[in-house]
Amino acid sequence: MSIFLNSDSKILVQGMTGSEGTKHTKRMLASGAKVVAGVTPGKGGQVVDIDGHSIPVFNSVSEAMAATKANVSVVFVPPKFAKAAVMEAIDAKIPLCVVITEGIPVHDSVGFVNHALTLGTTRLIGPNCPGLISPGESNAGIIPADITKKGRIGLVSKSGTLTYQMMYELRDIGFSTAVGIGGDPVIGTTHIDCLAAFEADPDTDAIVMIGEIGGDAEERAAAFIKDNVRKPVVGYVAGFTAPEGKTMGHAGAIVSGSAGTAQAKQDALEAVGVKVGKTPSEAANLMRAIMGNLK
Amino acid sequence: MDLYEFQAKALFAEHGVVTQDGAVVNTADEAKAAAQKFGSMVVVKAQVKVGGRGKAGGVKLAKNADEAFDKANDILGLDIKGHIVKQVLVTPAEDIASEYYVSFLLDRSNRTFLAMASVEGGVEIEEVAANNPDALAKINIDASVGVTKEVAIKIATAAKFPAEIMDQVVEMLQRMWDVFVKEDATLVEVNPLVQTPAGKVIALDGKVSLDDNAAFRHPNHAALIDHQAEDPLEAAAKAKDLNYVKLDGQVGIIGNGAGLVMSTLDVVAYAGELHGGMRPANFLDIGGGASAQVMADGLSIILSDQDVKAVFVNVFGGITSCDAVANGIVQALALLEADGKKIKVPLVVRLDGNNSVVGREILKTANHPAVRMADTMDAGAELVAQLASGK
Repeated sequence: MSIFLNSDSKILVQGMTGSEGTKHTKRMLASGAKVVAGVTPGKGGQVVDIDGHSIPVFNSVSEAMAATKANVSVVFVPPKFAKAAVMEAIDAKIPLCVVITEGIPVHDSVGFVNHALTLGTTRLIGPNCPGLISPGESNAGIIPADITKKGRIGLVSKSGTLTYQMMYELRDIGFSTAVGIGGDPVIGTTHIDCLAAFEADPDTDAIVMIGEIGGDAEERAAAFIKDNVRKPVVGYVAGFTAPEGKTMGHAGAIVSGSAGTAQAKQDALEAVGVKVGKTPSEAANLMRAIMGNLK
Repeated sequence: MDLYEFQAKALFAEHGVVTQDGAVVNTADEAKAAAQKFGSMVVVKAQVKVGGRGKAGGVKLAKNADEAFDKANDILGLDIKGHIVKQVLVTPAEDIASEYYVSFLLDRSNRTFLAMASVEGGVEIEEVAANNPDALAKINIDASVGVTKEVAIKIATAAKFPAEIMDQVVEMLQRMWDVFVKEDATLVEVNPLVQTPAGKVIALDGKVSLDDNAAFRHPNHAALIDHQAEDPLEAAAKAKDLNYVKLDGQVGIIGNGAGLVMSTLDVVAYAGELHGGMRPANFLDIGGGASAQVMADGLSIILSDQDVKAVFVNVFGGITSCDAVANGIVQALALLEADGKKIKVPLVVRLDGNNSVVGREILKTANHPAVRMADTMDAGAELVAQLASGK
């Protein structure tokens, strides 16, 4: 098993006919994911050939779901139109909606994140995230499928490339699911949601959690771990050298005053027994030791 | 983007938030002229994007135009927490009966917006929150409803605003919400919101942060950027669409993906502890597609930074293919040298992931004297720190 995404997942791609959408649909298909539909308003009825796969295009998410039984949406729609696209997916009650798009105004994100939370029928991942992969089962987003194999580590991270780096460091052990939750200040699925799902997943033995400066998500995750997570957790936090008041690439990665520092996050995690690596490789070694002991 | 007070007040005026007249000036002579025009006592206020300017001597009362000249003279050029004052705002002095606090902001933890209000304004609101939390009302705002009259009444009532100004405050809150939503702000704060002896409510100060991601629907926001205050290297990087932040160390950093670059800064700083305290000189994320041109633009910015003694290119090829990155580096060096720029500092390159074997081979074949290879991120950080320290 895995979390959120498995071999039964049927994916539709919103914005599939755009350049990013097409590129990554190809990659998802190549990794064995079941991409069953594209959604582009105004282009419904077309059938697109992507590397020998004939993918039907629909005008709306609900039409695509009715015709193909799709249960996952991956959104590549540009920032200007992203809110409308995500709201549509939520209104269609798709169980999982993964928003890859970077640069969405936060007022728009607050709108669709709260809409999803209110309806309670869609798990939203992102925005500004690489998506998630359950190696050997399915792949929804842009995480490369060839870094590692199926295994028993769960990974949750704000950052895409650090996800790849960590999967690479532990490539011989493998992952049940790796989730990139995104680096924006407001996101749909949090560290806590993933920790809870990994704790409940019988095929995950241990969890790597990667955080970065900004906000208090890691501190909240630490409080959650204390009361709810019995599986071993290894942490890594990026951004110790980031100065106050400067955004480090991700819209959400900013230290404001004493809030959001890497040190505060590391302290909070260590206080609840999470082993925190100083570097990605040190975190990987901590996880390696844990997986060795579990055998 | 944070705005200056005078910019925030201009947005306030556009959206009907009651504020005051003011003139923003660059010299003491202009401050004097502005005070003459107002013909009253004035306040001369430093325009800096940092809190606590009053305590730092950046806000002064002047009885007449000559005093306005003197006060402006004192304030211009002042260093307030690292921000040099280049402009002052001259406003008519208001008689103040009471000072209050109101703001709207993004509440990341609760993934929504928050209104904060207090009748204890005019002091740093963090102090109120710490010392007298009951005096600070916090009301979550449902984004799909916004701040209607009913919501504004709820906020003002929770903060215990006096009955005689309730109507004005309720109106003010709704207009501030207009600023917050219609301008795509992440913070709209008024501290102090004042009540005059005549019972009029006025926003005496204003703090606004705008969401850069929303720039596409606010073409007018581009005019609010203060190009003079930008670091010249950061401005040059922005012009090339590069995600660059200048830092104070000696090791130039280029990587792909915000998280990996942040992590690279840390790993270099740790390695630097054993090599004379070498630290990262910048953050530079070249993103997913590392073409030769992007690499050349990035390297060009970093190599024009006089503080940089060595450069670390740390790439994990996910979508990016490492052969493209390697070709990018080779062509970037050639482009720079063709431009007459000498590559005087060593470049440590670590490539892993997608097509890394081919990428490394390309660099090995090119055999540029400035380029050194590293097998891992840690080894690269160690080598670049050592090279930067000159030992």
